[in-house]
Amino acid sequence: MSALPATAASTAAAGPPPILRVEALDVRYALDGAVIAAVRAVSLQVAAGECLGIVGESGSGKSQMVLAWLGLLARNARIEGSVRFEEQELLGLPAAALNRIRGSKLSMVFQDPMSSLTPHVRIGVQLGEVLVHHAGATWSDAQRAALHMLERVRVPDARRRLREYPHELSGGMRQRVMIGMSLMCGPKLVIADEPTSALDVTVQAQILALLREVRAQSGLSVVLISHDLGVVASLAERIAVMYAGRVVESAPTLELLRAPRHPYTSLLIQCAPSLHGARLDRMPSVQGLPPNPLEPEIGCAFAPRCPRVSERCREERPPLMRIDGVAQVACHHPLAP
Amino acid sequence: MTQPRESLLEVRGLRVEFEGRAAVDDVSFDIAPGEVLGLVGESGSGKSTLARALLRLVPAARGTVSFRGTDLLRCTGKALRRRRRDLQIVFQDPLASLDPRMSVGEILAEPLEIFEPALGAREQGARIAEMLERVGLAPQVAGRYPHEFSGGQCQRIGIARAMMPSPQLLLCDEPVSSLDVSIQGQIVNLLSDLQRDLGTAMLFISHNLAVVRHLSDRVMVMYAGRIVETAGVSELFAAPVHAYTRALLAAVPDLSTALCPPGEPLVYSYER
Repeated sequence: MSALPATAASTAAAGPPPILRVEALDVRYALDGAVIAAVRAVSLQVAAGECLGIVGESGSGKSQMVLAWLGLLARNARIEGSVRFEEQELLGLPAAALNRIRGSKLSMVFQDPMSSLTPHVRIGVQLGEVLVHHAGATWSDAQRAALHMLERVRVPDARRRLREYPHELSGGMRQRVMIGMSLMCGPKLVIADEPTSALDVTVQAQILALLREVRAQSGLSVVLISHDLGVVASLAERIAVMYAGRVVESAPTLELLRAPRHPYTSLLIQCAPSLHGARLDRMPSVQGLPPNPLEPEIGCAFAPRCPRVSERCREERPPLMRIDGVAQVACHHPLAP
Repeated sequence: MTQPRESLLEVRGLRVEFEGRAAVDDVSFDIAPGEVLGLVGESGSGKSTLARALLRLVPAARGTVSFRGTDLLRCTGKALRRRRRDLQIVFQDPLASLDPRMSVGEILAEPLEIFEPALGAREQGARIAEMLERVGLAPQVAGRYPHEFSGGQCQRIGIARAMMPSPQLLLCDEPVSSLDVSIQGQIVNLLSDLQRDLGTAMLFISHNLAVVRHLSDRVMVMYAGRIVETAGVSELFAAPVHAYTRALLAAVPDLSTALCPPGEPLVYSYER
């Protein structure tokens, strides 16, 4: 699976190999004879030490995509393409081999910390078993490591918390525990899927600060998924925007925010709520609705909602093309930089 | 400002308890006719409980809720039912708040059957068609069912249902929180159109400060069951007084700050 369209190929021309390389990834579901395409031909890379943000609305395929990387999709999902983590192909890997990678070198933080923690197991045991399982640590060593980890993710009164159950912790504390758990084995890459979406804004700011701190300490790579451009922009060096299962734009964060090239990105930025500037008469929004994933894809998926649409957009799907330097955009009529 | 005018709603010393603990504690405020009052606060601060207490969906332990001079908390029977048409609510989850077995037409007809039973079938149909158009849906959708619509469209139906009995006060409990950013604006604009065209007053509850800022005349900040700050919208966002309000405003991730040269953004920690 090394031959891939030049347009979707590597973003980083030289330098160390990327920690994660996704090529032409497709996720489909068969449903009563019809086919739902959740992810369509996504190619992207995460460099060592980089934080890649993935932004998209519900149904854009961002969660489906990362669940596919980790082999966590439902059994009826049909997955094609290639996902290489540290040069090792993950797709098609037997569960036992995948389990050696998941939770140790490659870990995940989910949106809802309550449902991702086991309700009847003490926090210390849940943290410790990661080391016992993956690193063959003894339980007493694992408990010591769990205590250190809770202190590192700034859970106050860590020693007491080790003996508590998930329901005794607040949402923000639980998410700190989840982040701590994802770091137990010193992973190379952490995938965080909407890690702050269930939290209040004040707690969200604390969790984002913690993620920033952890990155600065350990230099790990992060894939941060969110529907909130503001959250992603506060952490990621590069952002990929997804729409209807495809990456429609990818660029360094500042470049993407200052000069979005895809009309959808530009509209998303305008819609992002701001507390600054004059109060507008009308709240910005994007007219229409995202496409129905059951319907065949003809032309650009954003065409029915796009202010720059032309006849060509309705007939011919624009490929993801490299434009000036490291930015990529899939649009026949990109905005001027 | 709205102060000298007669109040539509006057809430005084409202307290709601769950197992002896106050979820809403000594809350007092007014809403003037046609005014949009924003209510912000974190989860668990008591925003939704407050709205539910105004509608008598949860019992109040103490206080008065006076709507045009009638104390809603002491109304019973017919008088309460009559008042219910004046206060309607739009919920957060647009699909869960619509009965899946009822068509859109039936959902919108129900308030009319309850509050205007004398209305003929033809008139009822005309009122439903008019309301659907007002909320940006085609009158033809009356025969379809909630599951056939997207989240944003379901919220339009929920708003249409709430507006059917021509309420004087609309309680909006996180009406855009479950919608995508690109759709949120559509719903916010619809609510501001309704407010402008029909003069409906609103209590707009949201944790999304930008949306509250866009829509509200005044804003109340709730923390741990109490109102900690109330101010005109421009004053509140320009010069927040309470420490919690300041922490709340500082915590919102903002693209304009992301565009600033890199540096550690301030993080406030305001623990209870």
